[in-house]
Amino acid sequence: MPSVHRIATAYGATAAAALARRFEGNIEERALLGVRGAYTIRVGDYLTSADTEDWCETGPVTLVLNPRTRCRWIAETMYRIDLGAARHTFASLAALLAAASPARSGDALAGLAARSNLERVAARMVLADLPLADLLTDALVPYETDEVTRLILDGHDAAAFAALSHLTVGEFREWLLTDTTSGASIAAVSPGLTPEMVAAVSKLMRNQDLIAVARKIEVVTRFRNTLGLKGRLAVRLQPNHPTDDPLGIAAAVLDGLLMGCGDAVIGINPASDSVDAACTLLHMLDQVRLAHAIPAQTCVLTHVTNTLAAIQRGAPVDLVFQSIAGSEAANRSFGIDLAMLREAHEAALSLKRGTVGQNVMYFETGQGSALSANAHHGVDQQTMEVRAYAVAREFAPLLVNTVVGFIGPEYLYDGKQIIRAGLEDHFCGKLMGLPMGCDVCYTNHAEADQDDMDILLTLLGVAGVNFVMGVPGADDVMLGYQSTSFHDALYARDTLGLRPAPEFETWLDAVGLLDDAGRIRPVDFDRAPALLALPEAIR
Amino acid sequence: MSDVPDVPSLRLRRATPARIGLGRAGSGIPTAPLLEFQLAHALARDAVQTPLDADALAATLVRAGLPPPLILATGAGDRTTYLARPDLGRRLDHASRQLLEDTPAPPCDVAVVIADGLSAPAVESHAPPLLRALQTRLANWNWARVSIVRQGRVAVGDEIGALLSADLVLVLIGERPGLSSSDSLGAYLTWAPGPARCDAERNCVSNIRPPHGLTPDQAADKLAWLMTQARRRRLTGTALKDEHTALPP
Repeated sequence: MPSVHRIATAYGATAAAALARRFEGNIEERALLGVRGAYTIRVGDYLTSADTEDWCETGPVTLVLNPRTRCRWIAETMYRIDLGAARHTFASLAALLAAASPARSGDALAGLAARSNLERVAARMVLADLPLADLLTDALVPYETDEVTRLILDGHDAAAFAALSHLTVGEFREWLLTDTTSGASIAAVSPGLTPEMVAAVSKLMRNQDLIAVARKIEVVTRFRNTLGLKGRLAVRLQPNHPTDDPLGIAAAVLDGLLMGCGDAVIGINPASDSVDAACTLLHMLDQVRLAHAIPAQTCVLTHVTNTLAAIQRGAPVDLVFQSIAGSEAANRSFGIDLAMLREAHEAALSLKRGTVGQNVMYFETGQGSALSANAHHGVDQQTMEVRAYAVAREFAPLLVNTVVGFIGPEYLYDGKQIIRAGLEDHFCGKLMGLPMGCDVCYTNHAEADQDDMDILLTLLGVAGVNFVMGVPGADDVMLGYQSTSFHDALYARDTLGLRPAPEFETWLDAVGLLDDAGRIRPVDFDRAPALLALPEAIR
Repeated sequence: MSDVPDVPSLRLRRATPARIGLGRAGSGIPTAPLLEFQLAHALARDAVQTPLDADALAATLVRAGLPPPLILATGAGDRTTYLARPDLGRRLDHASRQLLEDTPAPPCDVAVVIADGLSAPAVESHAPPLLRALQTRLANWNWARVSIVRQGRVAVGDEIGALLSADLVLVLIGERPGLSSSDSLGAYLTWAPGPARCDAERNCVSNIRPPHGLTPDQAADKLAWLMTQARRRRLTGTALKDEHTALPP
């Protein structure tokens, strides 16, 4: 599989003949490695259009080209369907996936969205009949210029995929929904799934399908506590401050702890980009954690190069944070590559700070980031998002957070699009085997409000999301957007019968914050300093 | 429970503008803070729609002793287009590009671009004092004429900086309004501005928003340090860390 460069697939006699004509002669350049389907062709074989007359009776024909050959042609057309009097054609797999996507502003901005509702359904009909295996072999982003594609294809687990290799995308959807398909059976095939397969099936799923399947999948990770267990909902405590003032941050941490939040991570987005500031905050968070023996991890969400520098200075780093995306070029726009992430992963592991596990990475993603960096390669934003999960999967993260509505209305226009994207990201991440959380959020220039966030939060709670955000009053005073609040987390846990991470729940009880029913007792903030005193260094 | 002595909760409340200690109605937020949130959201959404008064801003800068700024616009003609089409907000419209091409641009150290971004009130309030504070600190630098851009995004500075033959471009732009910060200014530095630049090649100082965020003097200290380093090392971006420590307020 690593040798695959570009593949053209033809359906039907005419298309197969046209395809063969395009490649005729080029075989002498030893470009062809093989033909999947009924025929196998060896390197050096000569291909003529006459050969295709046999093939077309046996179904789709795929030409696999040698990556060492500088192929200048582009695979053309191959997906079409007649609906009534209209013929719908899709020039590439990327075009087909984009047209099959539920409507969103980012795909329209990229010029990739379906041009009509009819075309969108036509694309879904073609996609439903596409063999899953085709998604494995047609690289949407070129193999030789993109290390994320190489990661996906080189690391593919063919043995895990074998159980699904006979299915179409539509049949895969039905398999996922079937009663006898358990979370364990999904986990068993997960290493055999590529982002493209996962994105494709999600496009055929209604919101309730995304919820029903994700709910089956349990992805458990550990550092100082155990996250992702069924029946649990963890919260990242997000105590950001406009100038990184330690006391101001500590105040928000106390407020969150009093409301039972912080089990996923106590994580600050720093206003400053400096290593000094990151180290100051890391020490401060560690002091608070140690002062009260809180079974949780802390993090300063700064660039991976800053975290590496902080580790070298001996700062108490629990987790390495980084924003990631689905192509090499998009990651470059974040100032990272896979080698840098590997170095940081190893550096964090070497500290051995986890007590119940060693998942040490915290990734954030979000649809639209690749397009925003002009690094989407003509691929729709939801598929690019799932490719970012292939990057995350490589590093056994503790937390993966899709910051769904942060990017703005040019990518997800309104509440409806944000809700859909949040459910897609959670489902796709879980299918890829990731500990998915969601920053249920929106900005002030999007057509959305708290009521939309209530809907998404509730749906994700039902879907079994590993964690959500806890921001004081839902208002992030540093990043300037609205997320979910400590109150929202209480609502979700209370309404859906979900509990904090077990070690954290035990701690909450030990410090007197749980009532007899296991709920968080209402505590007046004025009592906070008496209940959870701040270490002297911060006061 | 800990025996460590108390910290008065009032000090904690004063240490952050965040919405802490709101109380509870069951799991929910009590009615008064619920409505305060909705009021702030309404104000922020309205701030996004407020147009930049470029002429008034230009007059302010002239009164402060600067040469008359260039007034430019991007291809995103109105707010709705601006919000939906970031690509248009990154490129000057035809007339603005023509104006710059016709303007003599001897090589200079830095070009300042003031763009409305998502908050015209932020730009109108904080860009003039920040610019004054910065020019005082870097008085021996060779400054290009200031540009004011309507419906602009950060990357429009790359095109302007290149046309003005500037080594460095500084974009002062209104940040996405938060509920309690509808007037926050961001400052983005890019070495060798041009079409090939990406976001990892910029340095940013954000939350310039007195009194809760950085003051113009604090921001100018950080920017002057970054600009001096950028010129010395001939680069900006993640390779240039902000090692400058701002003085305590």
